[in-house]
Amino acid sequence: MNSDATFTFDGQRIQLRPGQSIGAALVSAGIRSWRTTRKDGRPRGMFCGIGICYDCLITVDNAPNQRACLTPARPGMQVRSGLGPELVEARSPTGSVRRPSAGSGRNWGLDGAAPVDLAVVGAGPAGLAAAATAAEAGLSVVVIDSNSQPGGQYWRHRDETSTDMPPTGQHGVKTYTGLRQRFEAARNSGRLQYLPNTQIWFIETASADAVDNSGASAASDHPFVLRTTGFSDVGPQPPEPGRVRAAAMILCPGGYDRQLPIPGWDLPGVMAAGGVQAMLKGYETLSGTRAVVAGTGPFLLPVAAGLAAAGAEVVGICEAGAVTSWLPQLRGALQVPSKGIEAAAYAGRLAQHRIPFWSRSAVTAINGGGINGADHVRSVTIAKIDNEGRAKPGSSREISVDLVALGWGFTPSLELVTAVGGDTRVDVDGSLIAVVDDRQRTTVRGVYAAGEVTGVGGASLAVLEGELAALTVAHDSGLRDDANRSRRLQRAIARARAFAAAMHRAHPIPSSWDEWLTPSTVVCRCEEVSYGEIRQACDQLGAEDARTVKLMSRPGMGWCQGRVCGFATAKIAAPASEALAADALRSIAKRPLCSPVALRELAELADLDRSEPENVADQG
Amino acid sequence: MSQSADVVVVGAGALGAACAYFAARQGMRVHVLERAQIASGTTSAGEGNLLVSDKEAGPELDLALYSRDVFRDDLAEYGRLWEFDGKGGLVVSATESGADALAELTVRQRASGIEVTNLEGTQLRDYEPHISPALRAGAFYPQDAQVQPMLLAGHLLRLARDLGAVVQTNTAVIGIIRNGDRVTGIQTSAGAISAGAVVNAAGAWAGVVAELAGVQLPILPRRGFVLVTEPLPLTIHHKVYAAEYVTNVLSSDEGLQTSPVVEGTGSGTVLIGSSRERVGFNRTISVPILAQLAAKAIALFPILASVKVMRSYLGFRPYCPDHLPVIGHDPRAPGLWHASGHEGAGIGLSVGTAKLLIQALSGQPTDLDLSAFRPERFDHP
Repeated sequence: MNSDATFTFDGQRIQLRPGQSIGAALVSAGIRSWRTTRKDGRPRGMFCGIGICYDCLITVDNAPNQRACLTPARPGMQVRSGLGPELVEARSPTGSVRRPSAGSGRNWGLDGAAPVDLAVVGAGPAGLAAAATAAEAGLSVVVIDSNSQPGGQYWRHRDETSTDMPPTGQHGVKTYTGLRQRFEAARNSGRLQYLPNTQIWFIETASADAVDNSGASAASDHPFVLRTTGFSDVGPQPPEPGRVRAAAMILCPGGYDRQLPIPGWDLPGVMAAGGVQAMLKGYETLSGTRAVVAGTGPFLLPVAAGLAAAGAEVVGICEAGAVTSWLPQLRGALQVPSKGIEAAAYAGRLAQHRIPFWSRSAVTAINGGGINGADHVRSVTIAKIDNEGRAKPGSSREISVDLVALGWGFTPSLELVTAVGGDTRVDVDGSLIAVVDDRQRTTVRGVYAAGEVTGVGGASLAVLEGELAALTVAHDSGLRDDANRSRRLQRAIARARAFAAAMHRAHPIPSSWDEWLTPSTVVCRCEEVSYGEIRQACDQLGAEDARTVKLMSRPGMGWCQGRVCGFATAKIAAPASEALAADALRSIAKRPLCSPVALRELAELADLDRSEPENVADQG
Repeated sequence: MSQSADVVVVGAGALGAACAYFAARQGMRVHVLERAQIASGTTSAGEGNLLVSDKEAGPELDLALYSRDVFRDDLAEYGRLWEFDGKGGLVVSATESGADALAELTVRQRASGIEVTNLEGTQLRDYEPHISPALRAGAFYPQDAQVQPMLLAGHLLRLARDLGAVVQTNTAVIGIIRNGDRVTGIQTSAGAISAGAVVNAAGAWAGVVAELAGVQLPILPRRGFVLVTEPLPLTIHHKVYAAEYVTNVLSSDEGLQTSPVVEGTGSGTVLIGSSRERVGFNRTISVPILAQLAAKAIALFPILASVKVMRSYLGFRPYCPDHLPVIGHDPRAPGLWHASGHEGAGIGLSVGTAKLLIQALSGQPTDLDLSAFRPERFDHP
């Protein structure tokens, strides 16, 4: 790929740097939105940046609805903003879904029907640690990940085929390098198969007493069938035949930025903080020139520092929490001293870039404007807030920016846990998480979980949990058990959990945040459901919970299936004084299909599966 | 705390909401009891069909036509609230024999007052530009329509509340109070409510409620799955289904039957059904069933092959062995009334059923003869 390669966007030539995604190349070219919504024609571009929100959908070589954020740009591609029926026709019935062999052309030796001991879902910090450790323990492992290369969100890095630069400027690079070496060693040994660019759309669980046609207990020995599909129709495809049968699973799906709707938050130029970070880490692409970083939590600091280091002007960080709220949490924080050093390092970088830090402050509105009306963020309204998050009268001021990075902590990807029927609970930070025991076992036999999905706690905790989960699988499979190593991990996990809980308590969601909203504020970005419409379902139509609100006014019914607006919808639908019940979050976390799948792929199973009537999974 | 009402309605789905509305409109004091949330059962899991096309001549068809009139006359001013869409239905057949059977069905339906246009295979594209050219024949039913069932239930209950009705959620019926033979109220998880009449609108769970009064209703759940696609500009204008659907609806087989039903929605998604099987209240997702729905939908609309499915849902139709609903007074438990067992047609039949039931309950002559729907009909087969 040469450095002056181009693709076309609505006929216009766009430069692409090696390894850039379509979205990153468009943003680099100054294009901030590339589609409009069905209902109100609102412009949409990059938001979450990591494949969760589906805001950035674009048509690539006649394949509509591709995620620009992570779909690799290739020279000569024809990219279009529009989406017409003729395009749907163009890709059907024999359209552009291609199935070349996996990325680098290496033969993974995967026979989809050949069962493995362990399927690890996710190749971030937890998944890498789990996979490497399990393979070293002697298990056969398949790693399934939606990204094109290992690392997850935390260790997202430049495309390895166009640069040999390791992840830079990131905490724990040494940890990553070590894990990656072990991961590659396991791959070379043939014990570990790696399926990048692959999404799971369904997990089937055979009943415990099922036997296959030969009379052997293959189904009960390997009860999990993971149905997979490609992350993108136009990128590298996973190998045939789209399924993995496994005896056990470690779920390490990670998480994404938790969001609170704010007036104007669906304007182009407003992004999830993690999305801004992903563009920097993955593509060295700046999403704007003059930015404000807002929300709550320690993650705001590295995002601001990253933007400044890449050359953006960061006008400030709005932290809804109080800096003094740290003091009572010190006991928890001090259990993990390295975290204090990390925070101090960021404080130093903020000072170096002269980035103001405003505590007890929030972006309460985002204001747009532009050549074609409100087509891009122009400024933010910042206010001092009280304990509950109410804006203090007279404290509002407007600051012009062209980039807003928003994050209110993280929320785990839970659909795989609920798909297999694992129990969930509400964590200290209000997010729904998987219930695990002190050895990372979920409540479903054979299913383990590690990383953010068991409670948001950061990369170093995720690595510990991934390693422990793998040791537990080995133990439960009857392999040699390193009890000392497991106990050491358990102690380290307990310390890191205490720290995470302290951080969560220091950065709560402001309870009266919804007072910033107006009736026309968009809550569900996909289906364009406004705060007023949700209130109408509650106040006039008798909806008393998130599920009824969703079924009446459609928040969470669109492309992202409530991943982005689910938390806020549950909050709005919950009676004012009541703490957010786990049931409310569960009702909107259910996603019977874990990711979109083409009807054709589904239809192919009508014949394929006739001999496997035992393949069913409880969907609650 | 003891409460009282003229009518207690058990169930806040589309049927219960419609009964509450018509009773409140008669000036009755209405108390609706719902063990979960409003419209949280079968009403939340359907497509909102108001179909005449899938019905043979007979009492259910008469009820369907009557209910359609209630939607269009009594409730005309509210139609936009629940997104009433007179989209029309297109029934198609891929085989010569199916085409013949469909042609014969349309003759009988026309005699019963249904508007229907018979179509050659080549004419189908005038109605649905993306439909498979392999189809042999079809029939267009302009009277088929659709509503958004959640909004139907929500707004009918709101209108009932405006007329004084009380809607109590998260409260289960745990007993039916009788004085001698006569039903005089219900016992709930939150106390007793005395009432002149109790209306059982518990849908797929109506048999359980009837049992509390010591009477049998053979209503069983008949499970169905629906696939929902990505939103697309692709337009499917009508409700389109294969002629075999009618056979499947009328089948009493416990085993799985699938027949393609495909329709576009205002939000751009395409809904794909349908499956039928009697497996109790089993909420297990079956990949083979979803796969069959996908394959059959592609056969009707090849353009759908590369379209993505975003989600699926399932629900339980309240099934009666003779495929007719149970509507009217239960002489085995005087004071107990039923409005349940509409299988997959409950949304379309809801308002007609409710209007007739409240006519009967208030001692008026009913616009339609309800004897085919009488609750005790299963006692002496």
